Amino acid sequence: MNYKEFAAKECRLAPGHRLCGGCVAPVVVKTVLGATDKPVVAANATGCLEVSTTIYPDSAWKIPWIHSAFENASATISGVETAYRSLKKQGKIDKDIKFVCFGGDGGTYDIGLQSLSGALERGHDFLYVCYDNEAYMNTGNQRSSSTPFGASTTTAPAGKVIQGKTEWKKDLLKIAVAHHIPYAASAAVGNWLDFVNKAEKAFTIEGPKVLLVNSPCTTLWGFANDSAIDLSKLLVETGAWPLYEVVDGKYKLTYKPKERKPILEYLKTQARFKHLLKPENAHIVEKIQKHVDSDWAEMLRLCGESE
Amino acid sequence: MNKAKPLTGAGAVAQAMRQINPDVVAAYPITPQTPIVEGFAKFVADGIVKTEMIRVESEHSALSAVVGSAFAGARTMTATSSAGLALMYEILGVASGLRAPIVMPIANRALSSPLNIHCDHSDTMGCRDMGWLQIYAEDAQESYENTLLAMRLAEHPDILTPIMPCMDGFITSHGVENVIIHSDEAVRDFIGEYKFPYNLLDVEHPITVGAIELTDYLFETKRQQVESISKVPDVLPKIACELARITENEFDVVEEYHTDDADAIIVVMSSAAGTTKTVVDKMRKEGKKVGLLKLRMFRPFPYERIAKGLVGAKAVAVLDRAASYGADAPIFTDVKCSLYASSEKPKIQSYVFGIGGRELYDDHIEKVFDDLLAGKVTGKEEYINLRE
Repeated sequence: MNYKEFAAKECRLAPGHRLCGGCVAPVVVKTVLGATDKPVVAANATGCLEVSTTIYPDSAWKIPWIHSAFENASATISGVETAYRSLKKQGKIDKDIKFVCFGGDGGTYDIGLQSLSGALERGHDFLYVCYDNEAYMNTGNQRSSSTPFGASTTTAPAGKVIQGKTEWKKDLLKIAVAHHIPYAASAAVGNWLDFVNKAEKAFTIEGPKVLLVNSPCTTLWGFANDSAIDLSKLLVETGAWPLYEVVDGKYKLTYKPKERKPILEYLKTQARFKHLLKPENAHIVEKIQKHVDSDWAEMLRLCGESE
Repeated sequence: MNKAKPLTGAGAVAQAMRQINPDVVAAYPITPQTPIVEGFAKFVADGIVKTEMIRVESEHSALSAVVGSAFAGARTMTATSSAGLALMYEILGVASGLRAPIVMPIANRALSSPLNIHCDHSDTMGCRDMGWLQIYAEDAQESYENTLLAMRLAEHPDILTPIMPCMDGFITSHGVENVIIHSDEAVRDFIGEYKFPYNLLDVEHPITVGAIELTDYLFETKRQQVESISKVPDVLPKIACELARITENEFDVVEEYHTDDADAIIVVMSSAAGTTKTVVDKMRKEGKKVGLLKLRMFRPFPYERIAKGLVGAKAVAVLDRAASYGADAPIFTDVKCSLYASSEKPKIQSYVFGIGGRELYDDHIEKVFDDLLAGKVTGKEEYINLRE
């Protein structure tokens, strides 16, 4: 799919929702839902996207949509998709319907991980999309297992003796791949063509699929609200968010920066990393850079590429 | 009428599920509920039912999945006990708040801690304000028939509320009794087609399920739930009458057993009612005016029927299989409320019994009746068969 084809499609998320100006969650939703012409039914975990798009009596969703709770979006879509299979088998429905689940990183990496694992293991035919803004943003920036090392959050703030998060970000896609699912991929809103083509491909594959999308949060990462796309691009250029896909267990890099930029360039752009720029914290930046380098080398190895 | 055959309560409920033939069942094992979903899984494996089964990874996901299925045009069921029900707690409110007509049989079991697998009612009493209907069975036959009744009641357009048909864990779920399984065809006609007015799979008419409601709407939505549950007494008799044409047992919210002229009445639910009946029969032969008021529906609570059933009694004992820490036991509380408007109030005594499966024998019940007949009412909660 290209920009022109996509622009001709009807947008399945209406304007007028209450997400922050400059938020990329609607970009994620519109991209995914525009990547198929088939009817789509969506489940949504509790989070920014859910609360901001369905404030009763309004709804921004032009497709059938269900929200039940925070940690159970994958179980909810399991029930919807199983009902579909049951009714189709009985001849009560003949349409070809696609099922999508949207969750933030809290609802995916943390509290929703069990129900996601269950749904992946059971093999439901659905696409799970995590819009990853790296903390609990709906409740005001609390640390999640997706929060990057060194980032300051309200529950793991930078202080006099602790400099933000002291643990590394969880590797969600490796966990997903361990379920032997047919398709898992990373994406970033800044590399839109790569993103939309992965979503389009995912819809053609039967079984559970996971798409992990880097989604910068203007409000709580602390950057200008016209910069999310640039920031996402910059992150990809550092190699800290490799764009790849895993088809039937086989890793493939879908974009390779010509020359990786230093992670410091990315850290400098956001208030959540501000404390890391102090001279006494240079060793932390160095530690992060080493981690990025080693993860990148591992990714190249998995994808059979060389530096 | 079919011949009775030996079945456990769990086996009887699995038979009810076979006859209901739901589109989707989500199953997660927990003692003593497990034989229900095991029995049903065999029907699926043998192709006897059309059901798609989801073997979920937790009870939280079991209920979450059936909520999803219910809104996708499917008749759905799951079953649980004790800790499983507690794990579902959050989704109990989601299911009732969204008005999903789910039937979830329960084999009542003690809640931890300490861990105990045997019967008491602490699990379902703990979620009595979660907006679900609750009915309780004395034996395997009632467990079977209550499950059928529950489906029609939950799906009634004026009700649209999930329901727990409860039976006593092990005592009823694992005890083998003679059960009459009624004709498949008659039950199928009674259950009818699933007609839920909201369907996520009707893609031409998209709906938003589970929106956020703030200070300006939630109160009205909750008021509607109160209203719907209040309609159960109007809706139930017709459904019970239809079912009675098949079963010859008409479900009523209470069962009055020799209460008309009774001086002393015991109010109790579930399997303990059977034991109480035996004692009533024995004491009646001795000329003692004792009776049983068996509570069959706990939510909504039949206040007026309880008050009416206790008219003329001199003393009443309410036997609860769950304690309410820091307050009166649950059934006792509601029975006492029922009597507030009565002009002649009987003396009333609260007993807690059977916690963690502690035995309740005939002698214990006879002692309760003897004390009531002697006018012995302590005014405080008493405990049956407990070492103090």
